[in-house]
Amino acid sequence: MPVDTAVRPVRILVAKVGLDGHDRGVKVVARALRDAGYEVIYTGLRQTPEMVVDAALQEDAQVIGLSIHSGAHMTLFPAVVQELKRRKATDIVVFGGGIIPEDDIVALKKKGVAELFTPGTPLQEIVDWLRKRFPQGGG
Amino acid sequence: MDGESELAARFRAGDIRALARAISLVERRDPSVRALETPPKGGEGSAAVVGFTGAPGTGKSTLVDALVTLLRKQGKSVSVIATDPNSPFTGGAILGDRIRMQRHALDPKVFIRSMGARGHLGGLSLATREAIRLLGAFGFDQVILETVGVGQSELEVAAVADTTVVVMTPNLGDGVQMIKAGILEIADIFVVNKADLDGYQRVAMELRAMLSLNAPGATGAAASKPWKPPIITTVAARQEGIDELWAAIESHRRYLETSGRAQELAAKRLKDETAEVVADLARQQARLALGEDGALTEQLLKDGSPYRAAEEILNRIGSDGRKRGRG
Ligand code: B12
Ligand SMILES: Nc1nc2c(ncn2[C@@H]2O[C@H](COP(=O)(O)OP(=O)(O)OP(=O)(O)O)[C@@H](O)[C@H]2O)c(=O)[nH]1
Ligand SMILES: [Mg+2]
Repeated sequence: MPVDTAVRPVRILVAKVGLDGHDRGVKVVARALRDAGYEVIYTGLRQTPEMVVDAALQEDAQVIGLSIHSGAHMTLFPAVVQELKRRKATDIVVFGGGIIPEDDIVALKKKGVAELFTPGTPLQEIVDWLRKRFPQGGG
Repeated sequence: MDGESELAARFRAGDIRALARAISLVERRDPSVRALETPPKGGEGSAAVVGFTGAPGTGKSTLVDALVTLLRKQGKSVSVIATDPNSPFTGGAILGDRIRMQRHALDPKVFIRSMGARGHLGGLSLATREAIRLLGAFGFDQVILETVGVGQSELEVAAVADTTVVVMTPNLGDGVQMIKAGILEIADIFVVNKADLDGYQRVAMELRAMLSLNAPGATGAAASKPWKPPIITTVAARQEGIDELWAAIESHRRYLETSGRAQELAAKRLKDETAEVVADLARQQARLALGEDGALTEQLLKDGSPYRAAEEILNRIGSDGRKRGRG
């Protein structure tokens, strides 16, 4: 008889990196992703790129979501992408949001960040993006 | 090399990512990693398991964090499985216990894994048991479980942990009297955490009074030497009382070994788990049969009761198994 295996739920690790206390956005997004059926691991404030990647590996997350409002996005996003390369885990998708100017978004996407969402983005838009990116799992 | 054995090789070589992936497979009850649960011949491979349960916000994660700190000072490697409930509506979850354990980030001897407590085929306890075996086979000395004390989860923790710690606080709204049925039976150790807040002595006192009313219901080998759950007061946020807590955990482990209770528990668990695995497999096959077989469903609807169809499904599983046994 065939074996009935469930689909792998998409696990998303979300974090605030650097010295940035704006956690309202990341919490709102985390809740929206939970309500859309994703398993969200929230690791809290003041994370380093090394901590984020290490936690994502332990949690077997397919996605890392960073939230940055401090202006340090041009160093922190590439640092996480770089650390993923060092740990041989480039299959993990990096996306995020926060205060990020249009020009920087273009530059960061060239550096391996999959997508970025700025203030005022409807939560459904973020969910829709994930659904499209991972049609196999999640909600 | 196929995907499966490549994962196995990386697991045996100590690759954290392979361990993490194996746990994900176990969570969705994928049988392909079962071979990894037994350690290589001659190797160590079973970790001691302590489980923490209690109402939301009582300080379980903070206590686990403090205990990990103590165990790391002793040179032990530690893994933590922290479960939070999934939404019953969407299956999604926010798993936030790691936030309190960031002190141990980047320590290669500490592995922390968050799990959604529901929505896994076969229930939390099956997946957790398998994950614990994986962690033991990977080489961890100690496994710590954290579960929110809602629903059935504390009973499930007690079914997998060697020592179950029930955490309470002074500001528990409804007081000790309202403690959920079954808790007294599963607690090997009580912790009254947040002993920096007013009223902790009262909680400890009420607890002591209640325990003296409830004679321990030990059976079997341990009946003549029953275990009396100690009450430990802690301030987890300040690492206070953690040495005492660890001493109590060790003392309970010695009790399990000297009383013969450890062997009893091991046998009982294997039997329970076997029954659960059988039920799990049968449930899967039943769903498949009822989904695929139009005639069976038609018969079922005509009967209006499940028994004839159930027997038919069990017969099919039986003959399938015998065929496989011969082939
Ligand atoms: C509320 C707020 C605060 C609160 C924060 C409370 C909290 N716990 O979050 C307080 C008062 C503490 C605060 C403090 C400061 N703030 Co302030 N703050 C704001 C404000 C007004 C709103 C932010 C907010 O919560 N928005 C609501 C949430 C829901 O939106 P969001 O975070 O943008 O999230 C959305 C998207 O960005 C995206 N998203 C965000 N994160 C993620 C993550 C993932 C994974 C994904 C997919 C998407 C995503 O999706 C969300 C939904 O659309 C903004 C201005 C603004 N309009 O954005 C300034 C702002 C962010 N703050 C700013 C500054 C400068 C500060 C301070 C330095 C001020 C000071 N001099 O003291 C301090 C720093 C504090 C610290 N330690 O970091 C600047 C940042 C400038 C910059 N980076 O260039 C801003 C832009 C104001 C400004 N125009 O100057 N702030
Ligand atoms: N005053 C005081 N607060 C504490 C103590 N230990 C933990 N806390 C606080 O209690 C809150 C909850 O702590 P957690 O460790 O997250 O509790 P938890 O039981 O794991 O919570 P859930 O996993 O959500 O059920 C946090 O704000 C902690 O800082 C303590 O000893 N004293
Ligand atoms: Mg917790």
